[in-house]
Amino acid sequence: MFAAFTAMLIRDMRMGFRQAADLTLSLAFFLVAASLFPLGVGPDPDVLATLSAGVIWVLALLSVMLSLDRLFQSDYDDGALELMALSEAPLFVLVLAKALAHWLTTGLPLVALAPIIAVLLNMPAEGFATLIIGLLLGTPTLSLIGTIGAALVLGARRASLLTALLVLPLYIPVLIFGVTAVDAALAGLAVRPHLLLMASILAAALPLAPWAAAAAIRAAFQ
Amino acid sequence: MVEFSGKELSSFRGGRLVLRDLSFSVRGGEALLLTGPNGSGKSTLLRLMAGLLDPLTGTLFRDGVDVTEDAEAHRHSTYYFGHAEAIKPALTIREDLQFWRGLNQADTDLEEAISALGLSEQADLPGRYLSAGQRRRTALARLMVKGADLWLLDEPSVGLDKASTKLLSDLVKRHQDSGGMVVAATHVDLNLANETVLDIGQFAVDPGEALSFSGV
Repeated sequence: MFAAFTAMLIRDMRMGFRQAADLTLSLAFFLVAASLFPLGVGPDPDVLATLSAGVIWVLALLSVMLSLDRLFQSDYDDGALELMALSEAPLFVLVLAKALAHWLTTGLPLVALAPIIAVLLNMPAEGFATLIIGLLLGTPTLSLIGTIGAALVLGARRASLLTALLVLPLYIPVLIFGVTAVDAALAGLAVRPHLLLMASILAAALPLAPWAAAAAIRAAFQ
Repeated sequence: MVEFSGKELSSFRGGRLVLRDLSFSVRGGEALLLTGPNGSGKSTLLRLMAGLLDPLTGTLFRDGVDVTEDAEAHRHSTYYFGHAEAIKPALTIREDLQFWRGLNQADTDLEEAISALGLSEQADLPGRYLSAGQRRRTALARLMVKGADLWLLDEPSVGLDKASTKLLSDLVKRHQDSGGMVVAATHVDLNLANETVLDIGQFAVDPGEALSFSGV
């Protein structure tokens, strides 16, 4: 089972890096969209500082969501997903490997870019560490929950729009705790409870999301 | 003796009954050839056998045991070769085969599969540069890599030239000689050994009759 997990992970990472345009697009979206905010709400440093955590988290959500169609769509279209479902390895293990590959190629680069945007939006320095830890705990959850949405829309027309409708409501808890953690850090309050809640969402998504996505994939073949 | 059989299978697809009360049986070394006009349900039957579709009624058996009791074992010993080749533009043939071998936890010889299908020269080419026939042969190489004892072949010779079709029938013959089972839907003579012909047309249901069918 572990061999299948690593085989899946290596393959998806390899394809991700060879088709690097996909990766850079979602990162570029993250940067460009963030740089629009000072233009939209005005260059007042205090206003930007207040908004910064929320902006970064909302954009992280959207960038992850925009890259979700990479998860299963092309494998579904060319028949690879069928063969995966028929392989010996349990499908939820393969979904888990795909989610990890997706996080490593989308979520992790976003975490690395976040400080740059935080500086751009004038976030006070006390918030940085919490922002990074929050993103590290939150973005894997986004990838995991995303597998459910991406699997449910297989075979549907206008799939990306449908994914957004399915997945964004499920992203709300991550968004709330991610932003309030940074707010707590800036206000000098304890951040631990917020981060623990995020960790618990991740702990719940880790077994449940791949299981649900695997069921959705099997249903897509019926 | 290994055996794969199905009893009283029916399938409901796209709002109509496609197959009704179909039974079959294949033993080790035997082949089942599915015939029938286009749209008669050959592909549906093969997908049912693979476990991609659930039958409306009926049961599939592996050595007399219901396959749903151990779906993983059925997947382990079955290879479904469908129309889609699942070639990735960014992966080379060798990487692709390595991946499928890892996924199926097989320990077959990659180089043997590559050379048996005449892909040695293309083994390090990314999928986007492969011709239609080479893509098809790569998909066939996966058959060898997985090493399953039941092969489900859906029009395996489509897109293959004469020499490759010969390769395919040799491959199938070797598989049968070593006790493997084959179920194939094909319009080309593959020289299958011990073949039984199953005419799907007789199990197909015409639309008018399907409406009044009440055995569900």
